[in-house]
Amino acid sequence: MNLELVSYSRITNDKVIVNGKEENITRTDSSWLTDIYHSKAISYPKFFKMDNLAKAGFLGTELMLQPLDFDRDTRKENIAVVCCNSSSSLDDDTAYQKTIQDSENYYPSPAVFVYTLANIVTGEISIRNKVMGESSFYIMKSFDAKAITAILSGVFSDESIDYCIFGWTEYYKNNCDVLCIYIKRSILNTLDYNKLQELYEK
Amino acid sequence: MIYQISHNIVSSLGFSSEDNYNAVKSGKTNLRLEENTFNLPEPFVGALVNDELLNAEFEKINNTKNQYTKFEKMAIVSVAKALQRTDINPKSPNVQFILSTTKGNVHLLEDLQGFSEERVMLWKSAEIIAQFFGNNNEPIVISNACISGASAQIAAMRMLQSNACDIAIVVGADVLSKFIVSGFQSFKALSPELCKPYDKNRVGLNLGEAAATIIYGKSEKALPKNSIILTNGAMANDANHISGPSRTGAGLYIALRKAMGNTLPFEIAFVNAHGTATAYNDDMESLALTSALLQDRPINSLKAYFGHTLGAAGVLESIISSLAIIDNTALKVNNLTERGTVAPINSIMENQHCTENKFIKALSGFGGSNAALLFTKVTE
Repeated sequence: MNLELVSYSRITNDKVIVNGKEENITRTDSSWLTDIYHSKAISYPKFFKMDNLAKAGFLGTELMLQPLDFDRDTRKENIAVVCCNSSSSLDDDTAYQKTIQDSENYYPSPAVFVYTLANIVTGEISIRNKVMGESSFYIMKSFDAKAITAILSGVFSDESIDYCIFGWTEYYKNNCDVLCIYIKRSILNTLDYNKLQELYEK
Repeated sequence: MIYQISHNIVSSLGFSSEDNYNAVKSGKTNLRLEENTFNLPEPFVGALVNDELLNAEFEKINNTKNQYTKFEKMAIVSVAKALQRTDINPKSPNVQFILSTTKGNVHLLEDLQGFSEERVMLWKSAEIIAQFFGNNNEPIVISNACISGASAQIAAMRMLQSNACDIAIVVGADVLSKFIVSGFQSFKALSPELCKPYDKNRVGLNLGEAAATIIYGKSEKALPKNSIILTNGAMANDANHISGPSRTGAGLYIALRKAMGNTLPFEIAFVNAHGTATAYNDDMESLALTSALLQDRPINSLKAYFGHTLGAAGVLESIISSLAIIDNTALKVNNLTERGTVAPINSIMENQHCTENKFIKALSGFGGSNAALLFTKVTE
């Protein structure tokens, strides 16, 4: 299976990189993810309803698709969205648990509960970009470039899939670790596990 | 060909696939009102796995001194019972474990019960289950909301087809807890009584606990009669809403169309759909099934037998449907008395004889995800 890397983005706690170039992010009193949102002039009010995991995955894909002439308005069945991380939705799970821990102060909220499903981030990305191919969420102990490339080959074994938005979307306890890649089925082979590992380590 | 070597179900209805199937065929359910369970302020209708029976089954196979959670015990018992009917050595590097779950040990967030914090991680649960059987391959974990069990079977199919492994052990499991039930209650998604899939008077879903295992292998040779082949599987997203079902069924329709490929509707014995018994889900499915020209085939849901078993559902319901097609039976929708979906569909109120050799398992869920699996029974 030959896969071509079209675009990528990397978000860590102190840095944003898009296609190899570090982006200037204006720091304010807001959260790091909100600062990225404003610095990159993104306009999508639903962002503010998302939990940290969905925000992180959403921003990663926005940054990666911004430089492309990506059509957000037409429904596309030939693009898959696959995300993967280590802590699942534990960041939001912990927030939800606080709302039910104490029977004297019991206020379970559907708006918090819905993000206790890890794959909601794939739904947010699919909605934003009108993508109707496969959406999947995998969990692994830590970033494993070999395991991820095996998953991606599996995604492209569906012959109707031409592109994949993939995100390593880790967000837990204020630690943000995101790598998003946009890849396509190709005669070129520019994405193997060594390349993926290299992008992650940058 | 990717085919089922063995399977097992651990649920409120029993600890073997056959016990579960026979209970369903006779119209039995253990869904009942749970009051004060999990210290919830409101009651709910659920189907829990009995702790004493589970512990007795677990002690038969446990030769360690380690502590395990209910979630882990259910998954381990299910895998062990599926393996017992085979000569597979689970320690082999050619055997791959795939875990399907939505929330795993999330209840440990309330009280760690002496376990380490890491125990709530889903990859840790998968590692514990695989290592119980001496398997050292990094397990695959899929957490894809309600369609997880179908996604996991598709992952197994891809791994087997690419020769990444020779045997894939797919186990789907979820347990109920204050965390999960309170969340569904906050969504106002639960029915106060036994749920009524596809019924005019349906008001919501019931939740259930289960672990279910299918062991998949591949074969180049002809398989014996009544073997069940996983012919195809597909997923699609609605790209519409993160929690509300699509108003058109577009995503499920794409998944059904892709999974069916060249198969024609009249070749399908029955469609075992999701049928959660929420107003919107069942209406959405009726539209998608109609778009796929499947509305006149026998259509069922198993939710009024087991409840919605979350990450186990796709695996459990595939097994029950596999046993049903071997038995030439399309199972009725329990507790359906008056059909009432936005598009009329042939949701069935009595068990029916069927002669076709293919069925579809369909699922949809939060995140806008949809999946469809096409299974084929070997007839000679």
